Amino acid sequence: MCTFAAKLIKVFLIKSSVLNSFRTVLFSTLFLAISFVGFAKENEPTQDDAPFDPKAMILHHVKDAHEFHLWDWKGTPVSLSLPIILWTDNGITTFSSSQFHHDDEGKTIVQANGGSFVKLHEKIYQLEAGATAVAYDAEHHPTNAHKPLNFSITRNVFMMWVSVALLLLIFLTTARSYKKSKDGVPTGIAGFMEPLIVFVRDEIGKPMIGEHKYKKYMPYLLTIFFFIWINNIFGLIPILNGANLSGNIAFTFTLAMFTFIITTFSGNKNYWKHIFWMPGVPVPMKIFLMPIEIIGMFVKPISLMIRLFANITAGHVIILALMSLIFVFKSVAIAPVSVAFSLFITVIEIIVTAIQAYIFTILSALYFGMATEEEH
Amino acid sequence: MTTITGIAAIGAGLAAIGAGVGIGKIGGSAMDAMARQPEMHGKIQSSALILAAFVEAVALFGVVVAFLQG
Repeated sequence: MCTFAAKLIKVFLIKSSVLNSFRTVLFSTLFLAISFVGFAKENEPTQDDAPFDPKAMILHHVKDAHEFHLWDWKGTPVSLSLPIILWTDNGITTFSSSQFHHDDEGKTIVQANGGSFVKLHEKIYQLEAGATAVAYDAEHHPTNAHKPLNFSITRNVFMMWVSVALLLLIFLTTARSYKKSKDGVPTGIAGFMEPLIVFVRDEIGKPMIGEHKYKKYMPYLLTIFFFIWINNIFGLIPILNGANLSGNIAFTFTLAMFTFIITTFSGNKNYWKHIFWMPGVPVPMKIFLMPIEIIGMFVKPISLMIRLFANITAGHVIILALMSLIFVFKSVAIAPVSVAFSLFITVIEIIVTAIQAYIFTILSALYFGMATEEEH
Repeated sequence: MTTITGIAAIGAGLAAIGAGVGIGKIGGSAMDAMARQPEMHGKIQSSALILAAFVEAVALFGVVVAFLQG
């Protein structure tokens, strides 16, 4: 783990001009990590009688949301409103999430396109015709409302687009700098990106897939490596309020699905033979191994999905839980311990952002390599 | 409900112990191998990382189950 980080740092140090900016980035990241304190503080209960609920606070930060809550200013939340796009019986219904006035308890009713909508625990419900308030059953589920199909631009979707725009900017600039330079010497940001791209090629692509076939898979491997990495980093920036994209199971499911589809479609005769009729073992064993191998085919992408999701979510939960300790114990004495521990965990999480991107990419490459392996 | 949550927490803890033993063994063996053959350092490093990821997944399954139950 540390050597991988050391390798990355070595990559950063290759150009001494990059060194200074790297130092700046490192120290700003550390200071940002400290500002997680402010992060937890905003959730301090305003009334003294309401007990602090760490679980609710943590879930609020880890889950997706319909608005980009930045900070509280003198009691009023400062937030970026995002569009809500619903498919109801009357067709597409759109309105701004600001119309809910930061209400998440289903009290504010928004009238749009002939329907009434409420937001309850970051889910949009449509009230049945004639209902004026949400009614609940014993388990606090609404009884007179249903969920319409929701295509809203949520916090996660918004952050995904931001990261896509940033990646496009970085890589188009890199590509342009190679086009401009006559001798292929990288200049500017390309000098920073080239070692990373070469790392993915030489440490992931070539050894896992093989010298002859790796080229076909490089675009995909590079894309997931940088996409996961940048989204993991965005998840750690406190001002973005933990836009926890790579800790969203739908996101990791989609990425794992891509890997599964590519593996399945690039599987050669040898790969399928190993699944359905394992060579080199007696016939009863072949029959016994077949279901195991078929299950294994599906377990691989599922474990990819859960590994990334659970790692990132667990990291966020640990940091926030350590911060919550201050408010749970209601004591200043615990604060230094709590801050020191969350700083420590945050630094580990910074390494984990790169490690998880690396693991996802290298395992995808490993599966591609298994699918295209020739008979030996 | 509280009992189930408690049992889920114990289960997650047990999964963490198992993964801790596993990753410890991987790390120890990788260190031994690197000390024996320093020129294989890079290869041993990356395969140790991959194996650690496999073992870690088991602990994370435990965490997910605890989340679902808690």
